[in-house]
Amino acid sequence: MTARIGVVLFPGSNCEHDVVEALDSLGADASLVWHGDRSVDSFDAVILPGGFAHGDYLRPGAIARFSPVMAGVAEFAAAGGPVVGICNGFQVLTEAHLLPGALQKNRGLTFLCETVDVRVTSDRSVLTGGLTAGQRLRIPINHFEGNYICDERTLAELRAEGRIVLRYLDNPNGSIDDIAGICNDAGNVVGLMPHPERATESLLGSMDGRALLGALIAAAGGAGAAAGVGTVAGTAVTGAPETATARP
Amino acid sequence: MTRYAVLVEVSLRPGIADPQGATIERALPALGFNRVSGVRSGKAFRFVVDAIDEETARVEVDDLCRRLLTNPVIEDAAVTLDPAP
Repeated sequence: MTARIGVVLFPGSNCEHDVVEALDSLGADASLVWHGDRSVDSFDAVILPGGFAHGDYLRPGAIARFSPVMAGVAEFAAAGGPVVGICNGFQVLTEAHLLPGALQKNRGLTFLCETVDVRVTSDRSVLTGGLTAGQRLRIPINHFEGNYICDERTLAELRAEGRIVLRYLDNPNGSIDDIAGICNDAGNVVGLMPHPERATESLLGSMDGRALLGALIAAAGGAGAAAGVGTVAGTAVTGAPETATARP
Repeated sequence: MTRYAVLVEVSLRPGIADPQGATIERALPALGFNRVSGVRSGKAFRFVVDAIDEETARVEVDDLCRRLLTNPVIEDAAVTLDPAP
């Protein structure tokens, strides 16, 4: 079957079309969902894309959390539906208390826009299922507030439960424990700062994002995409990092 | 009903790194402010609340701070509340 994936459009989102394009290229049936819609039940998975939802007023995600669609997203997540927040979407998920912790201004107070190396550190989420722990991916980041922080007890839980799904190899923003992405207890809600949709074509410098989005499509019940994941999965950690982007 | 003027000062909780405050503090000696330290950045909100008494107003403002004006993971709020002129 084809996975139907809803990509939420908040006022101020700016990565929604990239996400739709990337998902469609992997065989999913992706479409936009307006933030004023109250339900996402017609989808097999939901993505909150990057951008500046509601202008990032007050704090990133602070107002988006009250968009009508978020009640539907929370219900969908509680029922086990796959939900992924990318960048600003991650910030929205923490503000909505669907994921723990918060995202602060980057250490160094600089906006970061670069492609970085991340390591898959858990395969127990809908975004990393089928990937191998230790697998290395090159994925772009593009944020000012990506410095993940949480209290020590939460961090201990995240570690013990295998809920840190991605870590930076060379921490760019000061995130505690090099965290680039985490998931909830059930593994069906994932937030990450890197943009997998921007690493889906060789022209973009990396195709490593396809492994992550492919895993999500598989988790959403999409058959076609999962088959393709193995051929585009990122380089193993033992491989030379520079080959990660040089696959034919 | 009494109208109360409210000032909410939101700042990062103790122990949470404040790179903005630190950067401001590092700039001060260049301007000759050599005895200023402990700079913490934050934001402030002013609004009015109508309530039957101060206690009720405070409860409402505290709730508002917790649910919207702060992210309790990283921020604290200091509330000043006075009868509006």
